[in-house]
Amino acid sequence: MLLAGGLAVAACGGTTSAGNSGPSGHASQTITLYSAQHAQTTAALVAAFTKQTGITVRVDNDGEDQLTARIELEGGRSPADVFYSENSNWLQQLDDKGLLAPVDPSTLAHVPKVDSATNGQWVGVSARVSVLVFNPSRLNSSQLPSSVLDLAEPQWKGKLEIAPSETDFWPIVSSVARSKGDAAALAWLEALKANAGSGDEVPDNETLTSDISQGTTDLGIINHYYFYRLQAEVGKGSLHARLAYFAPHDPGFVEDISGAAILRSSKHKAAAQRFLEFLSGEAGQSVLAAGDSFEYPLHPGVAANPVLTPLSHLQPSSFTPAELGTGLDAKKLLQEAGLI
Amino acid sequence: MPVTELSVPGNLAPTASGRLRRHFGKGELTVAISVAIALALLAPLGLLALDARAAGWSEIHRVLFRERSWLLLRHTITISVLVVLCAAVVGVAAAWCTERTRLPGRRIWTVLLVLPVAIPDFVVGYAWHSIDPTIGPQLGATLVMTLGTYPLVYLPVAAALRRTDPAMEDTARSLGAGQLTTFLRVTLPLIRTAVLGGSVLVILTVISEYGVFEILRYQTFTTEIFTEFQFDSQAAGALSVPLVCLGLIVLAVDGVIPRRMATSTVTRRVAAPIRLRRATMPTLAALGVLVVLGVGVPVGTLFYWMAQSQHSTLPAAATLGSATGATVTYSSLGALVAVLLALPVAMMTFRRSSAPRVVLERSTYVTQALPGVVIALSLVFFATHYAYALYGTSVLLVVAYAILHFPLALVCVKTSVAQAPPRLADVGRSLGKGQISVFLRVTFPLLVPGLAAGFCLVFLTAVTELTATLVLAPIGVQTLATQFWAYQSEVAYGAAAPYALVIIAIAMVPGALLGLWFDRQRPVRASVGP
Repeated sequence: MLLAGGLAVAACGGTTSAGNSGPSGHASQTITLYSAQHAQTTAALVAAFTKQTGITVRVDNDGEDQLTARIELEGGRSPADVFYSENSNWLQQLDDKGLLAPVDPSTLAHVPKVDSATNGQWVGVSARVSVLVFNPSRLNSSQLPSSVLDLAEPQWKGKLEIAPSETDFWPIVSSVARSKGDAAALAWLEALKANAGSGDEVPDNETLTSDISQGTTDLGIINHYYFYRLQAEVGKGSLHARLAYFAPHDPGFVEDISGAAILRSSKHKAAAQRFLEFLSGEAGQSVLAAGDSFEYPLHPGVAANPVLTPLSHLQPSSFTPAELGTGLDAKKLLQEAGLI
Repeated sequence: MPVTELSVPGNLAPTASGRLRRHFGKGELTVAISVAIALALLAPLGLLALDARAAGWSEIHRVLFRERSWLLLRHTITISVLVVLCAAVVGVAAAWCTERTRLPGRRIWTVLLVLPVAIPDFVVGYAWHSIDPTIGPQLGATLVMTLGTYPLVYLPVAAALRRTDPAMEDTARSLGAGQLTTFLRVTLPLIRTAVLGGSVLVILTVISEYGVFEILRYQTFTTEIFTEFQFDSQAAGALSVPLVCLGLIVLAVDGVIPRRMATSTVTRRVAAPIRLRRATMPTLAALGVLVVLGVGVPVGTLFYWMAQSQHSTLPAAATLGSATGATVTYSSLGALVAVLLALPVAMMTFRRSSAPRVVLERSTYVTQALPGVVIALSLVFFATHYAYALYGTSVLLVVAYAILHFPLALVCVKTSVAQAPPRLADVGRSLGKGQISVFLRVTFPLLVPGLAAGFCLVFLTAVTELTATLVLAPIGVQTLATQFWAYQSEVAYGAAAPYALVIIAIAMVPGALLGLWFDRQRPVRASVGP
C-alpha cells in the first residue's frame, strides 16, 4: 500500500502526465479542492501548482465547518479530491468517520511529524501561534499578563474582548484544560466571560483586532496572522495595536495547524497526492511564505515571511494537534461556560 | 380536497360545459399545481426531520434545553417585534409619501427607498460596527434590521396604493375628514393585506437573519445554529425546528387576523397627489435621513475601505465581470422560477378561499424563516442521494433561490391578485370569452405589477444571498457575494468593496425599471379615469 503510493508519486514526478488518465502523455487532469483556507492564499498556491504540474485544480471556497458538513452529506459521492482546512480538528473529524485516505509517506516527511495526523491521514501545511494583541495607548507592554490564565484576574474586567466561537480559540481552551484540569479550565472560561462583559464576545478575530486598534477595548487573544493581515490592509500608521507573546510554554501559547487531506472517495488520488506533495514541499511552502498569508511554513527548509518573528525564536507550549483531536473537549467546556 | 365551485356567480348560466369546466377545470388544476409546489418547497423540512433523527435526540436535547435557549428565544422574539413595528411604520409612511403626495423627485425616491434590500446584510452590519463598535447589540440590531427590511413592507404597500381606487379617500376628505383620519380609517384598511403580508415577511426574515446579529453580537436561534455547525451539522439542521415553529406561529397569528379584501371598482383612476405644502421640507428631510442611513452609510463605508486599503492593486477587479455575469444569471433565473411558482399558488385563493387552500398557501411561507445554509445543505443531501446529475450544477442554486425567496414573490403576486376583482373575470366570461382568453386579457394585466414587483424583489434579495450561494454555486464559479466574502474574510476590505458596490449598482436596475414602468402607466391611466 505505502509502496504503491510512493510509486505513484515517483511515476508522476517530473512529467506533466498524471499517470492513469489514459494513453496520451499530455492528458490534462483536473482535481477538485474544497478549501477553507483564505481564498487568495489558495489561489496563489493553485496557480503555482498548475504551472508546475499541468494539473488543473477546481477550487470551492467555503467555511471549514460548512465544507466538513458537505463532505459528510456527500459521503462516497463527494466531488472533492482534497480538503484544505484552516484548523486540524475538522480533518480529524472526517478521519474519525472514515472519509480520508492515507497521505504518501514521502509527503508526510516534508514537515515535522508532530504537525500531521499521528496515523498519517492528513498532512500539516502551515502553523499559526496564539498571541496577545493590545492597544498601546491604553496599556503599556509591562502591564501585560505573562500567562493566559492571568486574564481571569478581576483587574481585566471590562478591558478584555474574546471571540469564543472562532475555531482558533479552541486549542487554547483544550491546552488550558490539559495542563490545569477541566474544572480549572471551566472556572477560567467563566472568569474570562465575566471580564469580557456582555457586549464583548465578538464573532471573529478580524473584528477583535480592529476593535482593539480602534480603542474600544484594551486587549484580546488572537492568532498572530490577523494582526499582520490588518496591518497589510490599513498600513502600519493606521493600526493602533501591537502584538505580545505569552511566557514560553504558557498553556495559552499554542500552535494551530492548517492541514490538508485526500478524500477516500477521490477518483484522482494520484493527482491529489501530488497536490499535497506540492503544498508541503518547498515550492508550495515558498508561496505561503511570500504572499499576504502570514502563516508559518512547516517545511524546515523554507523561511517564514520576514515580517514575522521566526518560529524557531518562539517557545509555544507542547500542545499538539493530536491532543486537540476533534476539539470536542474545548467545545464542551465552552458550552458549559455559556460562551457558545 | 373538495374542489366543487360553490360560489357560482348568479348571472352566469350554469351550462353543462361550464359545470364540467368548473369541476375539472382551472380551479382543480391550480390546487393540484399548488400542492405540488408546496410539497417541493417544504421538502427541505422533511430532510430536517431526517437530520434530527440522525443527530439523535440526546444532542438536540442537550443544546436546546439549557438556560441559554431562553435567552435566545427571548432575543429572537424581542428583535422580531421591535423590527416589525419599526419596519411597518417606516414602510407604510414611505409608500404613502411616494404614492399619494406630490413629492419632489418622486421617481428617484421610488428607486432609492427600495435599495436597502440590495445591500448585503454583512456589509450593513460591518458598516455600523465600524462606525460605532460600542453600539448596543439590541439597538444596533433593531436599527440595521429595520433599515434592511422596511422595503419588504414598502413594496407591497406601494403596489397596493397604486392599485387602490382613491375615490373613497377623496370622498372622506370631501366630507371634511382630515388627512390623518382619512389615512387611518380609509386608506389603512384598504392596504391591510399588503401591510400584513409585508410584516410577515419582515418577521420571517428577522427570524432567519444571521450576518447582522453575528456582527452586532446579538445572539438568536439562528446565530446558535451557525455555532452548532461547528459541533454537529446534523444537530444544527435539527435546531432549525424552533425556527420553523416560530415561523408557523407567526403565520397562524397572521392567519386569524380578519382580512377585508380591498374593494376594487371596475373603473379605476389614479389618485390626485396630495400637496405637501409646508410639510414638503420635513418630508424630504425624513426620507433623506432614511436613505442616508440605509444606503449612504454602507456605501460610504465601502468607499472608505477602498480609500484606506494599502494593497496597491485590486486583484479583485479581474473577476468582477464574470462574477457579475454569474450573479445576474442565477438571480434572475431564481426570481423567474419563484414568480412562476407563486402565480398558481396566489391564483388558488383568488376565486375561492377555503380553509385547506389558505393553509396550503400559507405553508409555503415557512421557508423564509430558515437560514439559507440549512436549505442549501438539505439540497446537497437531496441531490447526492436522489439526483446526482444535478449536483454541482447551477440548477440547484437557482432552485435554492426560488425556494428561499418564494414567499417574497408570493406576497407581491398576492397583493395584485387581491386587487383584481373576480367580478371582472366573470364579466369577461359572461361576454363569451374562454377562460384562457379571460385570464390573458383581463386577469393577467392586473397581475403584472405584482409579478414585476415579485421578480424584482426576489432578484434583489438573491443578488445579496451568501450562505446558500457558498454551498451551491457550481465549483469554480464566483458570484459577487462569494467574492466579497472571500476578500473580506481575508481582511482585504479594499479588494472586497468593489464587489459590494457592483451588487448595489445591479440592484438599482430593477429598482429603477420598476419606478419607470409605473410612471409610464400613470398618464395613460389618468386619461382613462373620469
